[in-house]
Amino acid sequence: MNFSFIEKYYKFFLNGTYTTLILSLLTVVFGVLGGLLLSLMKTSGNKVLKGIATAYIEFIRGTPLLIQLYIVYYGVQGIPMFTAGIIAMSINSSAYIAEIIRAGIEAVDKGQMEAARSLGMPIGLTYKEIIIPQALKNILPALGNEFIVLIKESAIVSVIGIHDLMYNTDTVRGITFIAFEPLIVAAFIYFVLTFTLSKGMGSLERRMKVSD
Amino acid sequence: MIKVNNLIKRFGKLEVLKGISHEIKQGEVVVIIGPSGSGKSTFLRCLNMLEHPCGGDINFEGVLLTSAKTKIDLHRQKIGMVFQQFNLFPHKTVLDNIILGPIKLKNMPKDQAIALGEKLLNRVGLMDKRDTYPNKLSGGQKQRIAILRALAMSPDVMLFDEPTSSLDPEMVGEVLEMMKDLAKEGMTMIVVTHEMGFAKEVADRILFMDEGKIVEMGEPEQLFSAPKEERTKLFLSKVLA
Repeated sequence: MNFSFIEKYYKFFLNGTYTTLILSLLTVVFGVLGGLLLSLMKTSGNKVLKGIATAYIEFIRGTPLLIQLYIVYYGVQGIPMFTAGIIAMSINSSAYIAEIIRAGIEAVDKGQMEAARSLGMPIGLTYKEIIIPQALKNILPALGNEFIVLIKESAIVSVIGIHDLMYNTDTVRGITFIAFEPLIVAAFIYFVLTFTLSKGMGSLERRMKVSD
Repeated sequence: MIKVNNLIKRFGKLEVLKGISHEIKQGEVVVIIGPSGSGKSTFLRCLNMLEHPCGGDINFEGVLLTSAKTKIDLHRQKIGMVFQQFNLFPHKTVLDNIILGPIKLKNMPKDQAIALGEKLLNRVGLMDKRDTYPNKLSGGQKQRIAILRALAMSPDVMLFDEPTSSLDPEMVGEVLEMMKDLAKEGMTMIVVTHEMGFAKEVADRILFMDEGKIVEMGEPEQLFSAPKEERTKLFLSKVLA
């Protein structure tokens, strides 16, 4: 195997990794905010809100991310590709995260809500002090998994020309006429990113487990 | 103190409470007994509006709890409740379980709340569990902490929903002892339980419920030794056997 290209082209991999990280990070932020909103809509008593959230979640989860990306990119005239990438990824992950959050909240024992309310705690305070902290512990493993999926799936934005790790890897392959080895480098970098994240989430989970 | 008038509760088509009327005065200990499905727990849960009655009204210290205008959260502070499943907050230490209410709801300064919590823990000999999480406690300890959590709000009345039903037999005693002490101190208590010994010893009045109604009530002596109603006799013959 010939990895001599790294010396000359390592900057492509560095810049691509940077773009992939920024894209994933922004998607996580918007995805969690969107997911929280959707899960609250879905668990609310309001039938219209519930219907909208349910339809959105079902549709997004039932269609390929690639098509969603194309629809956003080609559907909105003149949208910058990076913006299109973030929007499409956020729309997609918010639907998955919404379900994770909803399940996490519903998994908290009903007695917890009753005990807090019987002390005289208002509903908002009950969520803040009692339900959300416990739900977070239920949610964390699935959420960490979702973040890892997100980093990997983000490679798809290379098809609309965002210079992420995948795109830049292809560029290096094109310039050097080395078809195989750059892929190994890219795979290794993706693995380092996701492995670090999963280890980080693991230690966070352990720290939250003190009360188990 | 609590005046219940013609309380009705339905779950779907099933009518669980069929017009309950009863008055409880300050300092009284009222024990509710009856077969499962008789509506006794539902009745108790209506008293602090954990279940919303479908009809009738509940008057607590001159306030109509069943009115939509009543700010129920404020009045719940004065109605302590103890559950069969303890429902301690698993992510908080024993002390934090106890002082959360006073700090968040009564704006009690933290050091004052801690002093209160420690005083309560000392009283029941559980001070060594101060910084423990609930999952490390035995069932009996959990329930005693749950009682302290309710007491920390200085309630005017305490509701007990089968407080010893999910305890191992050897732990029932410590919880009942604590409840007896409370009764001696003059706490107004409404207790749903299957512990007939406790009912006999502590209750001022026993209500026997069946099929959503109060079938019979009376002082323990009278109700246990000379029940008037057939259904009461039948129930007692089963539980006292």
